[in-house]
Amino acid sequence: MTTVTDPPAESFRLSMLLNDTRYRSLTFQAIALLCLIAFMAWLGWNLIQNLAAAGLDISFGFLGEPSGYDINQRPIPYDSQSSHMRAAIVGMLNTLIVAGLGCITATIFGVIAGVLRLSNNWIVRKLMAVYVEMFRNVPVLIWILIIFSIMSVALPAPSAFRGAEPDSSMLFGLIALTNRGVYVPNAIPGAGAMVVTAVFLLSLVGVWAYRRYATKKLYDTGQLLPMGWPSLVILIVPTLLVWMFFTLGSGTPNRIYVPSDLGGDVSLEEYAAEQGTINLCSVAGEPSMAVAKRRILRAEGATLRSETYPNAQAAAKGFADGNCDMLVLPEEAAASLVGQSAELTTHLRRGGPFELEVPYLAGFNFTDGVQVRGSLIALWFALAVYTGAFIAENVRAGIMAISRGQSEAAAALGLRPRRIMSLVILPQALRVIIPPVISQYLNLTKNSSLAIAVGYMDLTGTLGGITLNQTGRAIESVFLLMLFYLAISLAISGVMNAYNNAVRLKER
Amino acid sequence: MKTTLILGTLTAVGLTAGAAAAATLDDVKDRGKLNCGVTTGLVGFAAPDANGEWQGFDVAVCRAVAAAVLGDPMAVEFVPTTGKTRFTALASGEIDLLARNTTWTFSRDVDLKFEFVGINYYDGQGFMVPKALGVSSAKELDGATVCIQTGTTTELNLADFFRVNNINYEPVPIETNAEAQQQYLAGACDVYTTDASGLAATRAAFEDPSAHVILPEIISKEPLGPLVRHGDNDWGDIARWTLNALIAAEEYGITSANIDELANGTNNPEINRILGTEGNLGEMLGLDADWAKRAIKANGNYGEIFAKNIGESTPIGLSRGLNAQWTNGGLMYSPPFR
Repeated sequence: MTTVTDPPAESFRLSMLLNDTRYRSLTFQAIALLCLIAFMAWLGWNLIQNLAAAGLDISFGFLGEPSGYDINQRPIPYDSQSSHMRAAIVGMLNTLIVAGLGCITATIFGVIAGVLRLSNNWIVRKLMAVYVEMFRNVPVLIWILIIFSIMSVALPAPSAFRGAEPDSSMLFGLIALTNRGVYVPNAIPGAGAMVVTAVFLLSLVGVWAYRRYATKKLYDTGQLLPMGWPSLVILIVPTLLVWMFFTLGSGTPNRIYVPSDLGGDVSLEEYAAEQGTINLCSVAGEPSMAVAKRRILRAEGATLRSETYPNAQAAAKGFADGNCDMLVLPEEAAASLVGQSAELTTHLRRGGPFELEVPYLAGFNFTDGVQVRGSLIALWFALAVYTGAFIAENVRAGIMAISRGQSEAAAALGLRPRRIMSLVILPQALRVIIPPVISQYLNLTKNSSLAIAVGYMDLTGTLGGITLNQTGRAIESVFLLMLFYLAISLAISGVMNAYNNAVRLKER
Repeated sequence: MKTTLILGTLTAVGLTAGAAAAATLDDVKDRGKLNCGVTTGLVGFAAPDANGEWQGFDVAVCRAVAAAVLGDPMAVEFVPTTGKTRFTALASGEIDLLARNTTWTFSRDVDLKFEFVGINYYDGQGFMVPKALGVSSAKELDGATVCIQTGTTTELNLADFFRVNNINYEPVPIETNAEAQQQYLAGACDVYTTDASGLAATRAAFEDPSAHVILPEIISKEPLGPLVRHGDNDWGDIARWTLNALIAAEEYGITSANIDELANGTNNPEINRILGTEGNLGEMLGLDADWAKRAIKANGNYGEIFAKNIGESTPIGLSRGLNAQWTNGGLMYSPPFR
C-alpha cells in the first residue's frame, strides 16, 4: 500500500494571475494586447471621424473606371480606355518583371563576387572588394539615376542610325543600342516551331536523366562517366536535326512582286538601289516576312517601311490598291491574288521554325524586334549590382563559416579546387547563405518601387502614381499598394523558406 | 504587426487630413507667414533667382495674398511641390495656398475637395520638337516618343489626342520639368509636351532656343489658377478677391507707379472701393481697408506681373492672347468691387 499521495490539486484563484509566475507573464501580455487593440481602435475611429468631417469616404469603385492614361511597357494588352484595375495589374506585372530579373542577376553577380573575393589571386580579390564596397555604400536610388543618365547621354539617339553614312550602326546588324533602350531581334515562330520547342524540352529532360544516371553509376560502381560533352550533345544535336529538317523542307521559295510600272526582272539589290525606300506590304506574325525584311535591310542603300496586314489576302489587296510597292508571297498563292505586277528575279526562303525579326529604323523609332527600355535596364542593372554586393558578402560569410578542415580534408582525398568548392564547400555553405539572401530578395523587390525615378511604370508608378493622382484616392491606393508588396514579400519568403528547408543539413 | 502598420499609415493620413479644417486666416496671422505651394522650378512662373529669392508669375500671387493678409509681401514660405505632391500638400494643411500652374478641372474641384479661386492664366497643352525633325504638325507624330510630366492632366490629354487621331506614340513619364528637359535634350524623346506656357518657359532656358519649335496644335483647355482647400470659405474669398483686385487694377489703370497717388482718392468710385478710401470691403473680408492697395503694390497689377515675368520682353516671350483684359478681346474679367 502506498502512502505517498499527490498534493491536493490547487484550485485556481484570481490573485494567481499576478502572484504566480506561471501566469504572470501571460497576464501582462494580455494587458498589453488589450491596450494595443484599444489604441488601434482609437486610431481607426479617429480616421473614420476625420474622413467623415472632410466629407470623404473610402470606396474602391474608382478601380473600374477607365484610366485615361497610356503605359509604355505593357506585358498584357492595355490602352487608355482600360480600367484603373487593369493599369494596376500592368504595373504589378512590371514590378514582378524587374524584381524577377533583378533577383536572378543579383544572385549571379553575388555568387561570383562572393566566391572570387576569397580567391588566392590578389588582383581578383581586391577588385571584388572594390566592387562590394563601392556598390554597397552608395544608395541604390543614386545608382539607378547614374546608370539611367549615362545611358541617355552616352548612347546615341535613334536618329543617329539614319542615313547612308550613319553615326552609329547596329551591333552585328541585329541589336540597336540607343538612349531609348536596347532593341533586340524577336523570334517569329513558323511551321515546326512547336516540334522544335518540344524536342528541345525533351532534350533538357534527357540531359537531366543522363546526369542522374551518371551520378548513380558513380555511387553504385565507382565508374566515372563523362558529364560535360554528352550533356552538350544531348542538348543540341536532336534540336539541331529537327531544326534543319524544317528549315530545309520549308517548301518552295517566295516570289517578290512589284508594281509593273516600277520595273521588274532585276534582283532585289538592284531594285533597292533604284528605289531607295522600299514599302513592303507584310503579313503580321509571318516568319517569311522576317526573312524578306532582313534581306531588304541587307541590300545596299535600302530603307524599309512596312504596312502590316492581318493576312495574305489583305496584304495583296493593299498592294493592288497601291499602298506599298512590294509584296512577298508564294507563287501559287500569288497567282489568284496579285493582279497587275512584275516579278523580281530574286526568290526568298519561306522561313523556318524560328525566324529572327530584326529591328529597323522607321519613322521616329526602331520598329519590330523587342524593345528593352532604358528605364527597365537602368532599374534592373542598378538593383542587380547593388543587391549583388550584399549577396556577395552573404556568400563570403557562408563560405568562411565552413571549417578549413573540410577543404583540407577534401584536398587530401585528391579533389581538385573547383570540385572542392562545388561538392564540399558550397553545399554546406548554402544553409548559412540562404536565410540572409531571402532578405536581400525582399529588399530588391521593395527597392524596385524606386522605378518612378526613371519613369519605369511599376505598381508604384501606375496605381500609386498616376491613378492615385488622377482619382485622388490616396488611402485606397496606398492600402492596395501595401497589400501587394506584403503579398509579394510573403510569397518570396515562403518559396525561399521552402528551398531553405530542402537544402538544410538533415539531422538524425 | 502587419495590420498595425496598415492601420498606422491610414491613421497618419487621416490625422493630417483632419488638422486642416480650422480657420486658415487665423493660422496664417499667428504664424506670421503664408505657406504657399509653387513648382519645383519653372522659369517665369516660379523659380528662385540668383539671390535665392523666388520670382515669377505664380509667386506674385503668393506675394499679393501675403501683402493683403500680413502686410508684407516677403512673408511667404515657398514650398516647392511636384505634380504628384501638390494636392496632398494642400489637403494636409502643409500649405495654405497652391499657386502652381494647376488646371481647374471638375474632379479636382469637386472630388478632391479643392476650391479654385480664379484663373490667372488661360493655357493649353502643346508640343515642342527639335526643328531638325522637320515636323510641322502634331498629327505627323506617329510612332514618336513623347516625354510627359507624370501626375498632371497633360497625361490624359495626350492619351486622348493620340487615340482620337488614331496614331501611336510611346509615353515616357518623367517626374519633374528639369528631368524632362534633360531627357528631351539628350534625344531620349522626340517630343516634349506640357502646357504651352511651360514649353515657352522651358525653351527659354535652352542653350539654343531657336533650334526647337512649338507645334501649332493646342490640344486642351488648361485654365490655370490658384486654389485652396474646401471648407474655409473666408480664406477662399481672400485669395479670390486678391486675384480679382490684381486683374481689376489693370482694367482701371491702377499701377504700382500711380497707386499712392490714386489712394488719396479719385472720382472713380470703383477705384476708391478697391483701394479702401470708400466703402468697407476690407472689413467684410476680415482684413483692413488697405488690403488691396498692399496686394497691388507688392508686384504691380496683373498686366505688370505678366509683362515682368513671362511677357514678350522677357526670354519666355508669351503674348497676352487669351490672357488680355476683356476690354482688349481677352478673357481676363474681374467681377465688380461693390
